[in-house]
Amino acid sequence: MSTLHTVNKSPFDRGSLESALAHALPGDAVLLIEDAVVGARSAAARIAEVLKAAMPACSLYVLGPDLSARGIPTTDVIDGMTVVDYAGFVDLVTGHDKTQAWL
Amino acid sequence: MSDTKRFLYVNRKAPHGTIYALESLEVVLIGAAFEQDVSLAFLDDGVFQLIKKQATTGIGVKNFAPVYRALGDYDVKKIFVERESLEERGLSEDDLMEITHENDDEEDVSSVEIVDRARMAEIMAAQDVILSF
Amino acid sequence: MKIGVVVNEGPYTHQASDTAYQFTKASLEKGHEIYRVFFYHDGVNNATRLTVPPQDERNVQRNWSELAEKYQLDLVVCIAAAQRRGILDDSEAKRHGKGDGAANLAPGFRISGLGQLIESGIQSDRLVVFGD
Repeated sequence: MSTLHTVNKSPFDRGSLESALAHALPGDAVLLIEDAVVGARSAAARIAEVLKAAMPACSLYVLGPDLSARGIPTTDVIDGMTVVDYAGFVDLVTGHDKTQAWL
Repeated sequence: MSDTKRFLYVNRKAPHGTIYALESLEVVLIGAAFEQDVSLAFLDDGVFQLIKKQATTGIGVKNFAPVYRALGDYDVKKIFVERESLEERGLSEDDLMEITHENDDEEDVSSVEIVDRARMAEIMAAQDVILSF
Repeated sequence: MKIGVVVNEGPYTHQASDTAYQFTKASLEKGHEIYRVFFYHDGVNNATRLTVPPQDERNVQRNWSELAEKYQLDLVVCIAAAQRRGILDDSEAKRHGKGDGAANLAPGFRISGLGQLIESGIQSDRLVVFGD
């Protein structure tokens, strides 16, 4: 049983990313969408550390169209995070037993 | 083949500032008729939904807190509250309203279980459907 | 795979409905079945036919209506949430005495109870929630 966790709020504004990571189990995936993608930049040291700490256990993804819309090039994204499009989002949903939205 | 699924309603928002707590509760009540395996989780600011003595007349809004206490009548018996979320907010179990249901021996027993974060993560992982609002 | 979608926010203020739309479209294009899209909370506001967004902007309601027509989608608006927010079909408008022509439910949407959300959770292989 693995879970896809979706997070849509900026980690600079809300605690939903950190709460999601605190409840994600090994083998789960976490996908950043909407405003949460601002947390995927490697230059933002504190949040980048939080994400990197989760990485050995969980796979981390970020929605590319949301990055582009916010002017964040994929080259700015934390190493080890995977950029997906909406089709990739669908594959993540079907590839895990369930989806939990951290609204 | 069984149509029974494990449903978890995740509540992470404080009540009254937005309608999510009330309308989530409405889903739980309607959902009870479907005889699924239902649990409720309260974590982060969601723990404030279960605080005793909510008085809403001052803000001109109907107080729906008493509905939580009736959940037992709807066969909703599993209410998990995260210990760390309470502690971070300076709250304890004593601050929460009493929610009970009748067990098989017709005794009123508490429906609320305080669980730590690791246990909450396991509870979430064990579900089939997670509804968050 | 059978996927259920839930939309908890209205159009334009939040991106939730747009993301849900793109996700639903991508699911259908990949050959998955969308069991139902359920609109709850302010999400019911996606279903009013009375929005008039500027010509050069996307029309969120029309996007949903057109997708529903193309793929025979079941777009369900929660009745309790809809009544609170003034989204009415013909029979609801009549029942509440709101006058002729008051119904504002857009094509492709139908109003029904919260049970439809639970049923979507039971019947779908995956349930995906979009909100604030």
